[in-house]
Amino acid sequence: MNSTTQSSYGAPETQPPTLTTLPQGSPAAQSTERVLSWGRYPRAEHRQLFKPAWNDQITEILKDAAQGSLLPFGMGRSYGDSCLNAGRDLVQCHRLNRILGFDESTGVARCESGLTLADIVAVFLPKGWFLPVTPGTSFVTLGGAIANDVHGKNHHCAGTFGAHVHQIALHRSDRGLTFCSSRENPEMLCATIGGLGLTGIIAWADIQLKRVAGPWINAESIPFESLKTFLDLSHDSNDLFEYTVAWIDCFSGKNARGIFFRGNHAPNCQKKFRPKRGPKLPFELPSWILNRFSVRAFNTAFYAVHAARKHRAVVAYDSFFYPLDSIRQWNLMYGRQGFLQYQCVIPEAKLEAFEELLDRVARSGMSSFLVVLKQFGSAPRAGMLSFPRPGLTITFDFAMRGELTLTLLRSLDEIVRESGGAIYPAKDARMSPAMFETSFPSWRDFVPYMDPKMSSSFWRRVTGCP
Amino acid sequence: MTYAAFSKTVDSSGIVMPGSSNTRMKKIIALGATSGIAIEVQRQLAHQACELLLVARSPERLAALQTDLLVRGARQVLTYSADLSLIAQHAGILDFASRTFPDFDTVFLAYGSMRNQKDGESSVEILVEELLVDFVSAAAILTLFAAELERRRTGCIAAITSVAGDRGRRSNYLYGSAKGGLSLFLQGLRSRLYPSGVRVITIKPGPVQTPMTDGLPNATHFVDPQQVAHDIVRGLERGSPDILYTPRIWRYIMTAVKLVPETIFKRLPL
Repeated sequence: MNSTTQSSYGAPETQPPTLTTLPQGSPAAQSTERVLSWGRYPRAEHRQLFKPAWNDQITEILKDAAQGSLLPFGMGRSYGDSCLNAGRDLVQCHRLNRILGFDESTGVARCESGLTLADIVAVFLPKGWFLPVTPGTSFVTLGGAIANDVHGKNHHCAGTFGAHVHQIALHRSDRGLTFCSSRENPEMLCATIGGLGLTGIIAWADIQLKRVAGPWINAESIPFESLKTFLDLSHDSNDLFEYTVAWIDCFSGKNARGIFFRGNHAPNCQKKFRPKRGPKLPFELPSWILNRFSVRAFNTAFYAVHAARKHRAVVAYDSFFYPLDSIRQWNLMYGRQGFLQYQCVIPEAKLEAFEELLDRVARSGMSSFLVVLKQFGSAPRAGMLSFPRPGLTITFDFAMRGELTLTLLRSLDEIVRESGGAIYPAKDARMSPAMFETSFPSWRDFVPYMDPKMSSSFWRRVTGCP
Repeated sequence: MTYAAFSKTVDSSGIVMPGSSNTRMKKIIALGATSGIAIEVQRQLAHQACELLLVARSPERLAALQTDLLVRGARQVLTYSADLSLIAQHAGILDFASRTFPDFDTVFLAYGSMRNQKDGESSVEILVEELLVDFVSAAAILTLFAAELERRRTGCIAAITSVAGDRGRRSNYLYGSAKGGLSLFLQGLRSRLYPSGVRVITIKPGPVQTPMTDGLPNATHFVDPQQVAHDIVRGLERGSPDILYTPRIWRYIMTAVKLVPETIFKRLPL
């Protein structure tokens, strides 16, 4: 029951304009509830949270905002502080979730920025269309997928998400609704892809979907016992398989043992598919549950199960692409202090650096079971600040244990820096300005395209901009 | 870019999505189609290939919703822009519906406004406005449609009121009395239309996360509009109860709240 005296703006169409009420398109309701990123670290306080439900409300929000005060926010699936704006405001876009058009002949869909990839799949897969590129979770918004220029298991043949975006309509505080495509404002398109939400608020985007026969994937899993075998497997698979990725046991060091997963869309499978809804982690687990013994036990069991299992199977798209989506709020597993994800890319020529990285993580005993390894392809960068580049990318999760964890990650930074690699901003909560400079040496070229009213905790931290 | 005409494509991929099996085609008029709950109800109806006539104030918002619902599977989506709080515009809505959407079978009223209770205590203008939107205009337009359905001796009227209308509380009686009035109106209407076979459903949601409730304390604990919409769409099926509490626990909560004697209740800071 609404036991309250606070005011709020109702659905505006219900308010008679003849009387003293709000004009249509009034700023969306605001609240001050707590917002966390997926890693639940750092814990930032925000001043206001705007929740526009319609694109016409964004104009008003932008007009009234101060310089550097806003940041668009989607599902909060960025791990660190790139989706946070401590002490300032967020514009939560999840209600901007309408499909504004679809061309069945070409597979181009025009969607508002708050629509989630899960929604896109739910609507378009029954029509025979799938996402051109999908990250490891479907619970991200279209706007977030563009702003982080996300990649997926098909990076080696499809590039990043941004490469499949034809056009973006961008709300800018300085020049209103701006259309960006390869013909119109191409630099702004390039800046917005991977632009961390700093170039404005995306109203809608035209994305190119991909024809598929159905929801099934012909998947294979192959155990490997060294980095060399992984690389051979990856090279051999890249031409034959659309999707490749590997899981490795973080305790095995440079003799990395792991499981290589690869797959293609199944061309004709008549199995019936029913979407399932998995369990939900209801509260934060105590942080001692994840320790080197429990993680080691999990890793050994995971390896053993997959190594023993049949290598080929037809699996549903959701268990192939989004295994973790089946446990809602799995991030609570890491307890109150949250966790840090560390994703870097290292050029393949610097394999010894990569081995040293693996060794150091294994020796620390601090990593967790979600370690993912993938060989990036050589697709040109879709955005100015896109992270993917040729090389090997690896992702570790580390439960946040204060300075101990931060020190380890700084030592990993050194290896990445010396090898000429990069750190992924969407996963980061702590990289130094110098590390950012190494990862994105031309970030200053991006600055002129920023919306003067946008800023983020991440941006202020790594660039020192006010 | 030009977009091809939208048509419901037959599911060729073998995917069985929830809710797509019980397809008793409906033709629904949604009054206040751009409200938070209405959007989700319409999406679930679109998924069942229903036909919809959307009525709301903003033509731009209606246009956005129209394509959204068509792509999601609605067989037909018409829109009509009108201000439902202006009773003078009601006749035009019925007229449009009778001409372009003649064999509609369900009228779903989903609009409402929740103004600040304290403002309503100090301003008669705000009080009157709130009663006018939530109660008077709703009763007016339902009366028009009731006459039409009664004449045809078939159909269904479903309207969203609120659990807040079950008992007056000091913190929210402005909104509560308007919605409570609407609940009583629907009760009488149900009885009147019963002989002609027209169903009347009173929908009483608990607090829902919509633009209307943003900024209220504990808003993060409110239920998702999708869940409420799911209950409402099921409630539109034949044979479901006259009064629909959603989520269902509110039926029991409100039963208990109504049992508290007034001498005690008036002392509670609710």
